[in-house]
Amino acid sequence: MTNTTKTIDAGALARADRLQTVIQIAGMLPVLILLCIGFELLSGRFATFTNLSIVMQQAAINTTLAAGMTFVILTGGIDLSVGSIVAASAMVSVMGSLIPGWGYIGIPAGLAVGLACGLVNGLLVAVVKLPPFIATLGSLTAVRGFARLIGNDTTVFNTAMPFAFLGNGSLFGVPWLVIIAFAGIVVSWLILRRTVLGTFIYAIGGNEDAARLAGIRVTAVLTFVYAISGLFAGLGGVMSAARLYAANGLQVGQSYELDAIAAVILGGTSFVGGIGSIWGTLVGALIIAVLSNGLILIGVSDIWQYIVKGLVIIAAVALDRYHRSRG
Amino acid sequence: MEQTSGRPAPLLEMRHISKTFGSMAALKDVSLSVERGEVHALMGENGAGKSTLMKILSGAYRADAGGSILIDGREVDIDGPQAGRHCGIAVIYQELSLAPNLTVAQNIFLGREHRRGGFTDRKAQEAACRDVLARLRLAFPPSTVVSRLSLGERQLVEIARALASDARILVMDEPTTSLSLLETERLYEIIADLKAHGIGIIYISHRMEEIYALSDRVSVLRDGRYVGTLGRDEIVAERLVAMMVGRDLSSFYKKDHRPAADRRTLLSVRDIADDVRVHGCSFDLKAGEVLCLAGLVGSGRTELARLVYGADPRTRGSIALDGRALDIRRARDAIAAGIVYLTEDRRRLGLFLEMSINDNVSINVAAGDAHGAGFTNAVKARERADRAMKTLEIRATGISAKTGALSGGNQQKVLLGRLLETEPRVLILDEPTRGVDVGAKSEIYRLIDDLATRGIGVLMISSELPEVVGVADRVLVMRDGRIVGEIAAAPDQPITQEAIMAYATGVAAVDADA
Repeated sequence: MTNTTKTIDAGALARADRLQTVIQIAGMLPVLILLCIGFELLSGRFATFTNLSIVMQQAAINTTLAAGMTFVILTGGIDLSVGSIVAASAMVSVMGSLIPGWGYIGIPAGLAVGLACGLVNGLLVAVVKLPPFIATLGSLTAVRGFARLIGNDTTVFNTAMPFAFLGNGSLFGVPWLVIIAFAGIVVSWLILRRTVLGTFIYAIGGNEDAARLAGIRVTAVLTFVYAISGLFAGLGGVMSAARLYAANGLQVGQSYELDAIAAVILGGTSFVGGIGSIWGTLVGALIIAVLSNGLILIGVSDIWQYIVKGLVIIAAVALDRYHRSRG
Repeated sequence: MEQTSGRPAPLLEMRHISKTFGSMAALKDVSLSVERGEVHALMGENGAGKSTLMKILSGAYRADAGGSILIDGREVDIDGPQAGRHCGIAVIYQELSLAPNLTVAQNIFLGREHRRGGFTDRKAQEAACRDVLARLRLAFPPSTVVSRLSLGERQLVEIARALASDARILVMDEPTTSLSLLETERLYEIIADLKAHGIGIIYISHRMEEIYALSDRVSVLRDGRYVGTLGRDEIVAERLVAMMVGRDLSSFYKKDHRPAADRRTLLSVRDIADDVRVHGCSFDLKAGEVLCLAGLVGSGRTELARLVYGADPRTRGSIALDGRALDIRRARDAIAAGIVYLTEDRRRLGLFLEMSINDNVSINVAAGDAHGAGFTNAVKARERADRAMKTLEIRATGISAKTGALSGGNQQKVLLGRLLETEPRVLILDEPTRGVDVGAKSEIYRLIDDLATRGIGVLMISSELPEVVGVADRVLVMRDGRIVGEIAAAPDQPITQEAIMAYATGVAAVDADA
């Protein structure tokens, strides 16, 4: 009898081993694929070219924010301010686009606002040494106020937005928003996996004390990750401005930070830092977009969408942790 | 189960224990017995199977079918940690498992609280705790928060916890790693007391002196197999080492490099201090010299090394290399100047455990190796990792293996490899052989000797006196943040452990204890 137990154990162990390998390579991809298949079976309208294009377009801004967030969370930090930064840079971007003859200045102006906010976050965390949660909670509030202030708390419009094609046009059938988001992912991947800076980011997330003793410029690297998160949020603001032809300091980007964080965590990045990948983040952002789109297609009410989305996120991450903890 | 006439069955018998993970056999047919009141030492290199055997005993792992565990001659089925505790087995792990934010009493009775109604009976619990602490002659009150205790005291609290759970078989895994000399002596007394109460102790250690001082028998494991057991009278270091490594280590310590008496001064440190743990220390390190920093735990050796390396800010003092003053404010400055530091706590302060050997070895020099725009030079990094693997004989599946999965000795070699890749002039080694198995220890000694031969200055901190005597050209002894003694090896007068201890304890301190 003991012998049979042993064989079963060995078989289970080998299966767990294989599963572990698959999960490490594919991450949450199987969940994403299962969701797509499920929604297609339930609605019959999910897997059309038009709908998939919409899904990716809806995922674009969150993907961009989540790419920046991945840097921050890899160092063991958090950036709660990205939603507010989106609002501020969208405001500045629209206002910039209104300058006669110089409308394109809206793009660099929006990016600059994001980068500046991110730099402030970075200095607060790396130099003033505030806990990231506190520092970015403060800027979440302050930057939101700033976004309302610059437009006198009104909505700014530009129906003749010169870079409106970025939000609504496409290149060879692929929406510009999707191209920008994907480019953001590729750039992030290059930095994280192909540069020394990327290695330092993983090292600091894995063991900050050891990184300092190894002579890594921890302050500079931490400042960088918040700055790039701010820059990506600024890009998100420009994308939002280009898509909507308008911005409102109060409404744009409300609680975007939560979807961005959810995408990163769904993507398998460890909340304590040091472990994770940008491709996982992409999958995470797509899962969130597919959920929103799919639930609408099968006619789930707005209220239930929230509940289902939240539960799916919890279940998916719990499943991930469970598999990781074995083996 | 058969019992020889007259003699009672041993307290614990593990018979024919095997354990395989996947296709890897971690233990093959190992047997071990412990008598009442016996200290049975268990030795073997890291990876020899000691921890696996102990995890099977405590119920953390389940052995393969075919083996059995007997307590008082009766077979028991230990199918989980709970069952292990019920059988009276307690393990004191290397990594302390106390909750630092709770009190001593809360920790000792964690999971077994004294209750009254639905509430913890704090009074009864603290009274019970006081009894246990008194038995161990520990002076702190039960309400002390654990984070305020020293590492050594915490280890003693772990033992108190085991006693409070009425353990009859105690497993101690390298218990003295974080203890000071005084605390170690206290531990010896406690062990003697436990023996008198009939408790059986399995004692895992790499330190030969402890084996001599404590053990009634020593069993040796190698590659998951039982090699043999020596009785108290048969314990000889050479024999044990040979059993452990399976080959003869003719010269355990290696000192081939020429004495550095006539060499030029490489590093000179003058009146360096942080005015908390270090109070004005000055010393010179010559090229090709192995200078050891001895002293009791807490005497300020690590703190001094960290000041020199720039890891902590100093309040005064100067550092010069080759007679040129250095402005070292942070670790990066020291590395740039050619001074590198091997931490005593490689897991917490040294390695990136989630990262590969490749990344860990090349990280200090990655920025210098990089292509334009900061792109990683993967070819160069691989070269460096390969070189470290080869010259330091790191045993791993490959350079992309996760560092966290390696044994202690191999982790230490990865860290050494990282430091050597910076081509240092001065190497500060803080307890370089801590938690490292015998084979790797002798390889590290050989490496230190090689480096000295190549003209590198080595400043080594060590708490193991035989090691200090074995490798040092010169010894500085620290006490209370000051350098209180210097002993240089001379051809007619070798460095002795007694001389070091005399300085380290200080005559006054010895008097106070007596």
